[in-house]
Amino acid sequence: MSNTLKNLLHSPKFMVGFILFIAILLTILIYPLFNPGNPLEMIGVGTFAKPGTYISLYDATSSQKETLKIANAEEKRIAAALSDEDRVKMLEWLSAYGVDVTEVDASNTDAILELWMANYNPDASIKGFTKSETRNFRLIQNRITELMSADTLIIYEEGAEDSKSKIVKTDYVNLNAIANVKTLPLGTDNFGRDVLKELVSAAGTSIIIGLIAGSVATVIGLTLGLLAGYLGGNADEIIMFITTVFTVIPGFVLLILISYSLGQDQRGPTIVAIVIGCTSWTWTARSVRSQVISLRNRDHVNLSKLSGHSLGRIILTDILPYIASYVVMAFILQVSSGILSEAQLSLLGLGPKTTTTPTLGLMMNWAMLYSAHTNGSWWAYFPVILTIACISFSLNLMNTGMDQVFNPALRD
Amino acid sequence: MSEMKERKDYTKGPLCLSGRGVTRIFGSGAKANTAVDHVDFDFHEGEFVSIVGESGSGKTTLSKMLLGLLNVSEGEILFQGKPRDISTRAKRNEYWKGIQAIFQDPFASYNIFHKIDAVLLDCINMRGGKNLPYEKKVEMMTEACSFVNLKFAELTNKYPFELSGGQMQRLMIARIFLLKPKILLADEPTSMVDACSRATILDMLLNLRDETGMTIIFITHDIGLAYYISDTVYIMEHGKFVEYGKADEVILNPKAPYTKRLISDVPKIHEEWDLSTVDLSDDQY
Repeated sequence: MSNTLKNLLHSPKFMVGFILFIAILLTILIYPLFNPGNPLEMIGVGTFAKPGTYISLYDATSSQKETLKIANAEEKRIAAALSDEDRVKMLEWLSAYGVDVTEVDASNTDAILELWMANYNPDASIKGFTKSETRNFRLIQNRITELMSADTLIIYEEGAEDSKSKIVKTDYVNLNAIANVKTLPLGTDNFGRDVLKELVSAAGTSIIIGLIAGSVATVIGLTLGLLAGYLGGNADEIIMFITTVFTVIPGFVLLILISYSLGQDQRGPTIVAIVIGCTSWTWTARSVRSQVISLRNRDHVNLSKLSGHSLGRIILTDILPYIASYVVMAFILQVSSGILSEAQLSLLGLGPKTTTTPTLGLMMNWAMLYSAHTNGSWWAYFPVILTIACISFSLNLMNTGMDQVFNPALRD
Repeated sequence: MSEMKERKDYTKGPLCLSGRGVTRIFGSGAKANTAVDHVDFDFHEGEFVSIVGESGSGKTTLSKMLLGLLNVSEGEILFQGKPRDISTRAKRNEYWKGIQAIFQDPFASYNIFHKIDAVLLDCINMRGGKNLPYEKKVEMMTEACSFVNLKFAELTNKYPFELSGGQMQRLMIARIFLLKPKILLADEPTSMVDACSRATILDMLLNLRDETGMTIIFITHDIGLAYYISDTVYIMEHGKFVEYGKADEVILNPKAPYTKRLISDVPKIHEEWDLSTVDLSDDQY
């Protein structure tokens, strides 16, 4: 036994999978300590805030200011104000106006700005542009002139006559002096919830769903497989008939029907996990049965029978330990497929009830419902996909590593 | 050998195990395969019977049926003159107090997850010694081990895989010594151990018979071995007994061609090995 463990620890595949899985588990356990609170709390009002660090504008204006004269501050400001679309449009206008822009790159703010300031004429009528486009060029021009000329922003308090404070372009505030800074590494989702916090909580729920589903499937599959394999005869026929029926009916369709008939109120994560477990035990039953059939005629089982041991005792002490490693491997695969099944079910809107706990599948469902994939909000779904992939990858890697240790025929 | 012939004649003792038309068919319909085909036999108390045949002749199937591990398709087995009844677990356990086995492969005979003590303690429990004090049990186990030239103190708390094949097989005999069944079925117990251990094991089986009057059914493919140790020999071919009788009669004056072939197939030292009887057209090859 200790030798087997030692072999496992020396299997690179198992160790990589194991470390990855433990890292995910530790993140799930430790992250909430640093960022406590309800993972479904809506901190944002708008939808899909981009990932990054947010500073309170109010706090920034009232903080202690320092004057810093930084050479290219102006250019950076204008560069940030011009979107990629604006640049392309500006170049189009310039070339229509007769300026040679073949040498100018769209990302080169200096060059575009220089040509634009030298040539732009709001009154020039150039063919090929719609009225709204012509108006848009004027807006761009206004924005640029505003950024280049005005150097003071004056803030008034509501109802007050005097200006409260003035902000000059060279005013800077120390980030540490701002009271409210919020970093959202993965932005917010459609309901304005912190995606990272939600993701960590969802990964935890999904792993629990996987464990429950895997346990249910393994217990049912193992019991039926052991009985069918060991008893043989009519018991085997009946059990295998039931197993075949469950195999033939597509598990996923069954899952959808059960999930639907349970209704929204009944569907907590635990119930969904049990439903998944109850539909995915068939291949465990089949493979356990075939393993048991090869074991039941072994001499040590015969000897145990001759020693007068009961059926239960023979199954538990003479058969089960011999297939234990196999069952553990099957369990790991069942956990992995349980997590994937939950994701699939939830994506269809048949997952756990949507208001109390996030799961990885539900996050995908929300991202899809609010078109995160079409409006470019990659942070709402891509980290979720990556997490699902990492969890199943680590579990499958552990399984492959164990397979190589337990099955001498696969050893290098 | 002359010494052996002076021994008590066990072939006239009371009947211990007999069979009438015992048959086992595997599968059904076109795929039906008759492994044991209507065999009759009478084993007497204290008799050393050998069942000889090549691989696939049905020896092991017959032994499983005798042990009650496999159902009989047809015919009946009589235990001590009465039809055998092993329909319930209690009756089976009672039957197994009277008949025990040693299997071919000592490495496969042990549950690798249990220590050796467990095997021997099981035997004591089965003989009704469950409530004996532990010291008494150790004494019994030590006695059984010393019968097969093993030291219990060296074996206790060890796992089967820490033993050699010969030691494992001797421990199996120690198990039989503790159980003292009426009949011992030994299914090629010497085929997986080296020649030295083989002689020791056979010697121990004979001692066991002489001490307890146990009937030993010895299943082997080695007709030479059967000749040296048996009182009675049954020759089995394709599920049937083609010849049986006292070892001397069968082996010194074989009548069935199959027996003659088996005898000529035994290699002899200082003699050219006669391979002319080997029939390569046989479906086995």
